[in-house]
Amino acid sequence: MRALRILLEKEFRQIFRNPAILRLMFMMPTIQLLLLPLAADYEVKQVKVCVVDFDRSSYSQRLVHKVTSTDYFQLVDYTDSYDKALRYVESDEADVVLQIPEGFEKHLVKENEVTVFMALNAINGVKANLGGAYLRTIINDFNGEVRVEWLQPHGMNAQPVIGVEAINWYNPLMNYKIYMVPGILVILVTMVGGFLSALNIVKEKEAGTIEQINVTPIHKYQFVLGKLIPFWVLGLVILTIGLIISWLAYGIVPVGSLLTIYIFAAVYLLAVLGMGLGVSTLANNQQQAMLLSFFLMMIFILLGGLYTSIDSMPRWAQVFTWFNPVTYFIEVMRMVVLKGSSLFDIRWHIAIVFLMAIVLNGFAVFNYRKRS
Amino acid sequence: MNREVAISVRELTKRFGDFTAVNAITFDVMQGEIFGFLGANGAGKTTAMRMLCGLSFPTSGSATVGGYDLATDPEKIKRSIGYMSQKFSLYDDLSIVENIRYYGGIYGLSDREIKDKTDQLLHTLHLEDQAKAMTGSLPLGWKQKIAFSVAMVHQPKVVFLDEPTGGVDPVTRREFWTMIYEAAHAGTTVFVTTHYMDEAEYCDRVCIMVDGRIEALDTPDRLKDQFKSANMEGVFIQLARKATRTDG
Repeated sequence: MRALRILLEKEFRQIFRNPAILRLMFMMPTIQLLLLPLAADYEVKQVKVCVVDFDRSSYSQRLVHKVTSTDYFQLVDYTDSYDKALRYVESDEADVVLQIPEGFEKHLVKENEVTVFMALNAINGVKANLGGAYLRTIINDFNGEVRVEWLQPHGMNAQPVIGVEAINWYNPLMNYKIYMVPGILVILVTMVGGFLSALNIVKEKEAGTIEQINVTPIHKYQFVLGKLIPFWVLGLVILTIGLIISWLAYGIVPVGSLLTIYIFAAVYLLAVLGMGLGVSTLANNQQQAMLLSFFLMMIFILLGGLYTSIDSMPRWAQVFTWFNPVTYFIEVMRMVVLKGSSLFDIRWHIAIVFLMAIVLNGFAVFNYRKRS
Repeated sequence: MNREVAISVRELTKRFGDFTAVNAITFDVMQGEIFGFLGANGAGKTTAMRMLCGLSFPTSGSATVGGYDLATDPEKIKRSIGYMSQKFSLYDDLSIVENIRYYGGIYGLSDREIKDKTDQLLHTLHLEDQAKAMTGSLPLGWKQKIAFSVAMVHQPKVVFLDEPTGGVDPVTRREFWTMIYEAAHAGTTVFVTTHYMDEAEYCDRVCIMVDGRIEALDTPDRLKDQFKSANMEGVFIQLARKATRTDG
């Protein structure tokens, strides 16, 4: 026990003496939490639309007006040359071309049927997709409006219309920030824990101090614990800073109890640190450790369900996420912060991540060799 | 002088794949002896030393250090040895006092013992006013002396020094060897590798390794007689010239 105390004393001394780590501890949560939610915005606004109107009738004008009166579209040009519109797309000045054919009004009124043409710049897939979908919705609305107008003078009801009223549970305003911020917090805790622990032991390998420790009678588990505990504390500090920032900046207060979050985070950090320590036993220098950690982090984070829904991943990727600790923490954070889930609700999450912690740390202790 | 055997090595061998770094070496070192280990770069000195410290598994052969068997009791050996590697092995971002406390604590010294050791060490090295300075800011010669003192902090029976004076100025080397003599007088066995032939002269006995084998082992005087050379440098060059291995 005394040896462990001496090890911890030394680690904490080195951490507090390292201004880069201290700065990172405050700057990383602040900057990431303020910037990343903006980047992870799925709403598409300001889709640049160019209208090619070959009809120039009152109905076509009305359609154009309806499109441009929303926040989502910005009219680039109103023209009667398709070539000109294409040039806008080529020079990236327009995302969508809406072409209204000649005789639009005539066909609409007389034949009750008309086709408009929509061309999307699919280089930015998300914008093209969503822009197209918005435009389709607006045209449908326009269609409905026109029909209702025509039918009403005859005293008849319009086609029966089924209206859909949606309520968004747990996030009533569909504020994507409330959805993203808890997940970004998870990434933060994961990165700090994973990288710092991986680099730490490797740094001792590079400096040669690990040899000096290996000739001492210290036990492997003491050494590993001496490295684990400081970063475990650091991870919880980062989580706390992150929770404070998300409260100050976004007003997010967990619906569930903070204790639940901390209990899960405590177990989760054991797993992440175990991975970091495992990496450090495999790597011989800081570059290797960095690359290996980066490789693992990328996979875990991108397949963690933060940016994309796990339900829409292919089956094999879904199976992989069962073994991804990040997935569990993101899920737990969203459950507790948004829905107010209790410790009992997340008991399986805790059990599984705890198991991962045992396996990863077991690997680290096993693979750490005092003798080669 | 106490003639108890401190290190006993029998046919110790280390192979890395096809390469035999240490080839069946056999020797004994007595308690309190200063045993010099010489050899060109790549002759196998460091590998042999690492095996004796329990950092590297021997491929074959056996050894005892401080009376404990290397194969069965490596952790007991670790309690009774000190080691100073070629690489500087103190923490640059800890002060002298903190480094001593760290290594002392790992060896199970009490706070009282650590404090006494620290005071004594700062006094003998005349570093009282540098106690709180970061180790990284000190000149290399000082660092090496501190590293030696730290390797001796738990009063080991045997201390292994791997090129302890590499890159150190002649005055500091002299002082360093005074420390080695003091340790040997106090009964510690000193096992030291070096490239400096004047240092070889200071050793009680010298062992010269060539290509993983021991080519000569005796007191410096008898070696000089045997090889008809005025100094150890002549002895070393005659032997090292036989080497077929190239450096690196």
